[in-house]
Amino acid sequence: MIRLVALGAIVLTGGIIVAFGAETGRIPADQLAKAAMSDSFSIPTPGELFSALEKSGKINWAGQYRGPIPVTYRDRAQISLNLGGLIADGFIAVEAKDGQQVKNIGSDIIKLAKALGVSEKLLGRGSSINEFAENNEWDTLQEELEATQNEVKSSMQSHSDQDLVILVTLGGWIRGTQVVTSAILQNYDERSAKVLRQPALVHFMQSKINEISPELRNEPLVKDVSEQLGKIEKLVSFPPGKTPDVEDVRKVNAAVSKMMEEIESKEPPK
Amino acid sequence: MNRTLLISFSVLVLAVSATVRADSDAEVQARKDALDLAAAFSNDGFKVRDGYSCGVVKPHDHSLVAVNLYAGNQYWFSAGVTEPAKKIAVSVYDETGKQMITDSYDNGDKAAAGFAPSNSGQYFVSVDLVEGEPSSFCLVYSYK
Repeated sequence: MIRLVALGAIVLTGGIIVAFGAETGRIPADQLAKAAMSDSFSIPTPGELFSALEKSGKINWAGQYRGPIPVTYRDRAQISLNLGGLIADGFIAVEAKDGQQVKNIGSDIIKLAKALGVSEKLLGRGSSINEFAENNEWDTLQEELEATQNEVKSSMQSHSDQDLVILVTLGGWIRGTQVVTSAILQNYDERSAKVLRQPALVHFMQSKINEISPELRNEPLVKDVSEQLGKIEKLVSFPPGKTPDVEDVRKVNAAVSKMMEEIESKEPPK
Repeated sequence: MNRTLLISFSVLVLAVSATVRADSDAEVQARKDALDLAAAFSNDGFKVRDGYSCGVVKPHDHSLVAVNLYAGNQYWFSAGVTEPAKKIAVSVYDETGKQMITDSYDNGDKAAAGFAPSNSGQYFVSVDLVEGEPSSFCLVYSYK
């Protein structure tokens, strides 16, 4: 269980620590179904996913880099998906503690964000990312990437582009899952493989895609990604306590890599 | 020129005020309290997620927020509440609704639950009113 060291400071200021681990109860399913869910709180960031992966040992983060992607897409849905993927790449570069890579990705994030017409304030974020990368401030960089992602989404919402927000989130999740499955396959470990069980998360993203405008939903890339997401939901729906084996991981990796290839491609999906 | 600048400034001030009003004062205060509490866990290496969930706590009612957690990570869910609520509690439930064993911190209008999931997947964080009247709460979380 989590250490309570940090709470020492709170105790000194008059707080009370109560451990009531033994007290347990149950909430019925109809109440759980009414729980609040949101993109900014219920969907973990790539940083959280990578943090869990690292617990099983050292990961070769630099080995997970991909080549530069085009930043000249015309389709707004495709830009949004790729923007999410690039933000995940930023988290990878931070994990690798690679300042130059962070700067390169930061620059591409700003280019894609500008192509969507999001806030000029983001230009300031670009400068901050460069500055933190030069000073090796890795924790601050991770916070800055999260803040950048949230600012992009918030700007999209204020520009009536809320339908695109879920695509940014989805792009980040796909790229993050591609990297994680690839790292697990390179050095299989049961503890790492456990992070892949996320049926509710995929279901939630799928349901958000079903809520977007029919025009956007019927765009070939979005339609294709949505269909494949349904298949991925089955692949990550392991029973609680069941650890995905190597073959399970390979299947998820193949599915998300196929999606990533289509998201990056300048050719329409076949 | 000066007049144009003044009008632009007024529009900016109005826009900012409208944005601020979108979150009630009570929610802003509750969020500040939650973040203050979460900051204490930063000393132990926890990173605060840049996101929050606000709502209303009522007597005999669970205010539930769905989260997706990863096995291997440790989490602290920190909540703040404003008057007339006096005391709250934070607890965590798994996807079947079973309460999880957590470390807990409780200091009246601020409370937190620490949890390290053994399975990845969906969990529900419950903010409950223990004492006082219905009011706004805000929940943030940290992980490492």
